Amino acid sequence: MRKGLLVATALATTLLAGVVPVTAQDTDYAQVERGRYALITGNCQGCHTAPGEEPFAGGRGLETPFGTIYTPNITFDPETGLGRWSRDDFRRAMHEGIAPDGSRLYPAFPYTHFSRMPREEVDALYDYLSTLPRVKKEKPENGLPWPLSWRVSLAGWRWLFFEPEPFRPDPEKSQQWNRGAYLVEGPGHCAGCHTEKNLAGADKKDRHLMGGQLENWSAPDIRGGPNGGLEDWSEDDIVDFLRNGRNVHTAAFSIMSEVIEYSTQHMVEEDVRAIAVYLKDLEGEERPSPSEPDSATMEAGAAIYFDNCSACHVSGGQGVPRFFAPLAGSGKVNNQDATTVVRVILEGARAVPTKAHPTPLTMPAFDWKLTDEQVAAVATYVRSSWGNRGGAVSPADVAALRERLADSMGPDR
Amino acid sequence: MVRKLPPVDVVLVGFGWTGAILAQELTEDGLDVLAIERGGWRDTPSHFPTTVAQDELRWYWRKEMFQSAARDTLTFRNNGSQTALPMRRWGSFLPGEGVGGGGVHWNGQTWRFLPSDFLAASHNIGRYGPMPEGLTVQDYGVTYGELEPHYDRFEKLCGIGGKAGNLNGEIHEGGNPFEGPRSAEYPSPPMHMTFAQHRFEAAAKELGLKPFPGPSANMSQPYVNPLGCQLAPCTYCGFCEKYGCGNYSKASPQTTILPVLMSKPNFSLKVHNEVLRIKLDSTGSRATGVIHVDQNGEEYEQPADLVILCAYQLSNTRLMMLSGIGEIYNPATGEGLVGKNYCYQVMSGADVFFDDKYTNEFVGAGALGMCVDDYNGDNFDHSGLDFIGGGYISCWTTHNRPIERQRTPEGTPTWGSAWKKAVAENYLKSTNVGAHGASMAHAGNHLDLDPTYTDVYGRPLMRMTFDFTPNDRAMSAFLTERVREIAERMGGREIKLSPREGPYDSMPYQTTHNTGGTIMGTNPSNSVVNRYLQSWDVSNLFVMGAGVFPQNAGYNPTGTVAALAYWAADAIRAQYFKSPGALVQA
Repeated sequence: MRKGLLVATALATTLLAGVVPVTAQDTDYAQVERGRYALITGNCQGCHTAPGEEPFAGGRGLETPFGTIYTPNITFDPETGLGRWSRDDFRRAMHEGIAPDGSRLYPAFPYTHFSRMPREEVDALYDYLSTLPRVKKEKPENGLPWPLSWRVSLAGWRWLFFEPEPFRPDPEKSQQWNRGAYLVEGPGHCAGCHTEKNLAGADKKDRHLMGGQLENWSAPDIRGGPNGGLEDWSEDDIVDFLRNGRNVHTAAFSIMSEVIEYSTQHMVEEDVRAIAVYLKDLEGEERPSPSEPDSATMEAGAAIYFDNCSACHVSGGQGVPRFFAPLAGSGKVNNQDATTVVRVILEGARAVPTKAHPTPLTMPAFDWKLTDEQVAAVATYVRSSWGNRGGAVSPADVAALRERLADSMGPDR
Repeated sequence: MVRKLPPVDVVLVGFGWTGAILAQELTEDGLDVLAIERGGWRDTPSHFPTTVAQDELRWYWRKEMFQSAARDTLTFRNNGSQTALPMRRWGSFLPGEGVGGGGVHWNGQTWRFLPSDFLAASHNIGRYGPMPEGLTVQDYGVTYGELEPHYDRFEKLCGIGGKAGNLNGEIHEGGNPFEGPRSAEYPSPPMHMTFAQHRFEAAAKELGLKPFPGPSANMSQPYVNPLGCQLAPCTYCGFCEKYGCGNYSKASPQTTILPVLMSKPNFSLKVHNEVLRIKLDSTGSRATGVIHVDQNGEEYEQPADLVILCAYQLSNTRLMMLSGIGEIYNPATGEGLVGKNYCYQVMSGADVFFDDKYTNEFVGAGALGMCVDDYNGDNFDHSGLDFIGGGYISCWTTHNRPIERQRTPEGTPTWGSAWKKAVAENYLKSTNVGAHGASMAHAGNHLDLDPTYTDVYGRPLMRMTFDFTPNDRAMSAFLTERVREIAERMGGREIKLSPREGPYDSMPYQTTHNTGGTIMGTNPSNSVVNRYLQSWDVSNLFVMGAGVFPQNAGYNPTGTVAALAYWAADAIRAQYFKSPGALVQA
């Protein structure tokens, strides 16, 4: 493992310098290691592993607004995986979203981002995947309605929203910034969650990394400049979060915890720092102030907060940094979209255990204990206290989310 | 039919504090370690989150936190002339069950024994002459100096809050001046004291005593231990002893070790499996593994190179008896060692009632208190006294759980409207001063197998024969007078003394500090295990826990249980696995 990291460091340095290493034989150790690192930067494991099952054998259901899409087996099993794919087949899938039989892949597979990866990087990934234990596992049928289940329908989507293009460094910016931009916009595919989608499920270009919603979570705004969601985070805070799953502001949970568990905590620090430099350079957009919540709701919310929340989050909302998330100034709490706050109150949340912080500190669920009115009141209270400007949450919002969560209790739960 | 399973390097029987410590230590060397726990898996968010942790009825009164007495209990009698009867409901003590064991529901009072406690026989005989008749007190075979680094490790694992009184031999104001020399200050500062502790401290000082904050495994501030595990600041909710902590604020296997241990590929845990006996080879001098049974009644043989008993003291002792390892102690002849020197703890105290002062003891924590150690062990001259040993005196504000605690002044009726009125008047205005007395081993107190009653698997129940001894009573009477002196000076309206009187009663809760039965010592004629907790009879068997205490000191046992576990783990890693066999030549 340590050796692997050293090689990865060397590779990252090579990439930073913009030098493309000479491709050696297929099974060359350095090549395979480059592929292993590429796989980490792309968090392939997160989507291509069903919870509790063999890694990379696929079968995980991704909930999209259009239905459930199951990920395929990417081990080299000849019947059910990539065993019969050539390198060119693999590159075409990664860069163009087209399968060997010519069918089009759903853009839940983020080839729109992977198209920015250099060919050598994709080849290395192919070589690494070829070394993984082969698992025989059929992909479940997608749960998509017609006409979406008909892959020809994707032709129009591609024509409208897909521009295959390699990553082009910005010569005005530093190498570090460019490395960060490559990781964020390329293999890291951060926009997959953190950018709002249009009705066709494609990124809204003018809302880039300003936050999105998926699988009943609101992914926060991760632009780090003035008015961005990470405006109050330093570069070090971002590095800390991506490497350790915690920082003084928050802890990662849910989908982001997978990104950290499988991807960013294994990245070399230079790369994580490059991501931070890039994000800190993205300016946000000023938000209008929400209207003041009514005083009766605030009073009820304060009482519920004191009884149920203050033991960990502390009466002033300051939490216990790195242990229990501060709510004052929290990006998740202040998000215009209250889905995550409400969902965390309903379901609880488990901070991702990492090498640095092995304890999965966990907030319990309150869905059985608090009514829709009570959840709305306490959510409104935390979103409107201690300088927060998240705005009110209505009992109807809570009821609607409860219903959506009950509906989404699919086989993965 | 017994199914034989693939062998492992080490099998641990029971998975509480000592099981977790041994597993964490031995897996570091790459050994395959399997722990077998008869109870279920338990973790903070699933089993005692803040939303249900403080359910007094469920956890304590309905005993959901403890061993199921319907499946397995023990029988009790005060002396050999009586017939022992099964304890069908836990009272005086509360054996744990499930992952974390009693480490989930302890208070967190984390002490080191005094250097002289480990030399209880030689030290006292040297200073005062021969022991009183009937006492079977003996030296531990290990010294405080040898255990010191291991105490230190456990305190750092747990983030214990306190104030050192003796740092490398130098006495420090505000700490316990009687403690053995410590190599380091406590990893966390003491807890925040309340009104009652301030009154206790002032009263103790007026009497010329040396009060200090009790060492606490409830966190006074956020703490990250050497394994990277996180403990959060205590909220002083008062649900520690008898409860799991929902706030990650109490050191337990769950908060200090399991997050790291459970992800190790060479560690595995089997829950809901009870070990029925240790299997020996034909010579009876080597353990080949253990026989265990799952919830469906299927039996398995788990072969292992090394077997370590990590269950509760009562269970470890009984497993030795059921496996036919060593001879069961017989008080009539004095022969046999397994079950010998069963000891307990001798508690007494005084409630203090105030008229116009609020003690607000609902602001509490398991180890929130001020203590004096002036009358513990041999910290005072016993010349002319008719006992050895002693205990610490303390004012802990552990809780004001309403079903459990209703302090009423002397003369209050025990029910009805006068009782209710007294409870209401005194609930927020009272506190307690307690004496936590040692228990010296006596020839008549012991454990053996019950001739009549069996558990759910048909195995004989353990039989406990115990009563307080003349030494215990004399010591407790002395300590209770010291309690009175302090309590009377605390400025209350009145006090109500609870001296230790009458025979030991197994029903009212006293402490879960059962010790002895598999005692340690200097040679095979006086002990079950050697100084490294290794069985004299079966060299690939080690026994952890307070069962190895030859007698109980005037402190809560967990700190010493853990230090001994680290000490044994070091011996196993550094000596035993390099050259398996007896670590001490008989």
